Amino acid sequence: MNHATLAAEFVRNRPRAHWHDTALWFVRAKRDKAVHSLPEWETLRETASAIKLHTISHLAEYLEQFERQATALGATVHWACDAAEHNQIVLDILRQHGVKKLVKSKSMLTEECHLNPYLERHGIEVTDTDLGERIVQLDRKPPSHIVMPAIHMKKEEIGELFHKHLQSAAGATDPQYLAEVARQHLRHKFMEADAGLTGVNFAVAETGGFVVCTNEGNADLGVSLPKLHIACMGIEKLIPRAKDLGVFLRLLARSATGQPITAYSSHFHGPRLGGELHIVIVDNGRSQLLASGEFRGSLKCIRCGACMNTCPVYRRSGGHSYENTVPGPIGSILAPARDPQHYYSLPYACSLCGSCTDVCPVKIDIHHQLLTWRRELAVHGHLPWTKRFSMKLASIVLRTTWLYGLMGNMGRWALRNFPRWLVYNRLNAWGRQRELPPAPRRSFRQLYQEHYGRTTTAGTSPQPGGNSVGDSQSSTSRH
Amino acid sequence: MPLVALFIPCYIDQLYPQVGLATCELLKRLDVTFEFPVEQTCCGQPMANTGCTEDARPLAEKFLRIFKDFEYVVAPSGSCVAMVRQHYDEYFHGRPEYADFQKLKAKTFELCEFLTDVLHVEKLQGQFPYRVGLHQSCHGLRELRLASDTELVGKSYNKVRSLLEMIEGVQIVQLQRPDECCGFGGTFAVNEEAVSCMMGEDRIYDHEQAGTQVLTANDMSCLMHLEGLIRRQKKPMRVMHIAEILAGGDV
Repeated sequence: MNHATLAAEFVRNRPRAHWHDTALWFVRAKRDKAVHSLPEWETLRETASAIKLHTISHLAEYLEQFERQATALGATVHWACDAAEHNQIVLDILRQHGVKKLVKSKSMLTEECHLNPYLERHGIEVTDTDLGERIVQLDRKPPSHIVMPAIHMKKEEIGELFHKHLQSAAGATDPQYLAEVARQHLRHKFMEADAGLTGVNFAVAETGGFVVCTNEGNADLGVSLPKLHIACMGIEKLIPRAKDLGVFLRLLARSATGQPITAYSSHFHGPRLGGELHIVIVDNGRSQLLASGEFRGSLKCIRCGACMNTCPVYRRSGGHSYENTVPGPIGSILAPARDPQHYYSLPYACSLCGSCTDVCPVKIDIHHQLLTWRRELAVHGHLPWTKRFSMKLASIVLRTTWLYGLMGNMGRWALRNFPRWLVYNRLNAWGRQRELPPAPRRSFRQLYQEHYGRTTTAGTSPQPGGNSVGDSQSSTSRH
Repeated sequence: MPLVALFIPCYIDQLYPQVGLATCELLKRLDVTFEFPVEQTCCGQPMANTGCTEDARPLAEKFLRIFKDFEYVVAPSGSCVAMVRQHYDEYFHGRPEYADFQKLKAKTFELCEFLTDVLHVEKLQGQFPYRVGLHQSCHGLRELRLASDTELVGKSYNKVRSLLEMIEGVQIVQLQRPDECCGFGGTFAVNEEAVSCMMGEDRIYDHEQAGTQVLTANDMSCLMHLEGLIRRQKKPMRVMHIAEILAGGDV
């Protein structure tokens, strides 16, 4: 299904769409406040962008350096070329350790690889321990946002869900009470788990360590009790040096939620005493993005979600309308790279307002990349023929001035004289909720001629410079 | 005074001729010598934004041919100027016309930008005793940087607003979301009609809450979308292009 259809469904429930928009705007406004308290914000963005660009252009070296350093610290590094390989590696590790129960902190990569259903099919119980993730897991729905996975749900709905699954009081909606119910439930899961899985926010090539950022401390809890820690990361998560972390940790939390820093930034350097640490490094289409000159910049993304919060389309259409693990503006660049046929509508789910580009902490020119995607999709024949045909036709009319003038006159005449039912028909998407502009009798060019006399006509090119006023070009009049 | 070629976007030419005439009136008041090269049609933005860049190419070439010899090109539209300045490069890159295009690019201006940056206008005659809601059109805002936006940290400025403030009696209202998109977005308005209209309604609501009597912008396309919703819902709000206000127009 295309984005417009799913978005229209979401928008149909207007109060809910408004509520969703307001909730996300609140986060965006909080972000604005947080960044405006830092005079050096733009320097930070510039620096982060340069570091990331440098890293992705030397990615192979940094990945190898990271592997060497992480191995020296006692971790085991695995490489996965795609989602299937990633899932297989994780399952193999779990099987080797006889794991039956796994606790998992938030990881968009494992969502992207559909790890949960895969492990469940193989008899392993997976519990997401991030509160938002746990909520959507109980609801059997994918996350709708990469930072706030359950932002699409109201507290009443969460109360109902918890009542059904976690035996909370019926009709309870108090966030504090519901959070406590979840906390107690998750404590049991942490205690029972045989292994903990986390994502990776930043992996440091220089040290072989990595950082996981959470606001609930659930990553720490998940890997503190069991002896086995698996960390899954995309190849783009690298930064070169430990000292670069300061730049990114400051940018990430402010961009994501408007916090000065995430509540827990946990650094992992090798396995815990007597335990094992496995790091799974995944490509899954990323090196293809790296190879494409045009979309390479999207690999700078640190998954803060700021582009989603600011995107007027995302706020009003909801994350699920994108049908992709990473929704919103950045997701609309990443998804078609994997499957252009399926995701062809995503680059069009954008009014090109450019807010995503200005909000991006690593300065990805998101809206320009979306425009580039539209060109790529057209070139490769993924555009519906109606669009291709109408644009071709428009081009033919517009490149011939007299034809343009004639069509304009006819169009305006029709708008003035056709009965309303004929103009506002089912095919007129503009007119369903909006009036068409009032059609004037005469166009500007006709009126200009009346007011200002003759105009420059085809074939006469004026002399440069203002001093040529009143020269001998008879077909030109200047005012 | 410089010789200016008027670049009147196709939809203004056909549907909002009064905006073109107001642009002429405003330039005339400022003693600018201008003319309207009649061969012009459209900058090609609808095709380019749909991804059909090759369908836009002949229009870019036509644009260069028509306008290259003028001292300045001025348009009452941030969006069309952004198309020329930000997106025409690919059509001329590596071609003999590239140098000509670079010159053209540097002398193509949005109307308000031309007034502030080239003419350095410091005062304007005229009275407009209304509560005015300024819609910051996205392309003018984030592609041409006619004003600072709320996302970036830095000096706060607004070329469009500063011109409006020169007109006596103008009271600019305070919006909750000063630079959110109206939802027009070119073909987006039709492709994603549901979201587009909701975005427009939200913009109008913000203006209603702020007490806007006259809604203005430097892009008629945003206003065409908003006016379409306002008229359908019969809301008591006037819509005027900024050129109409600056040229001394009245409600």
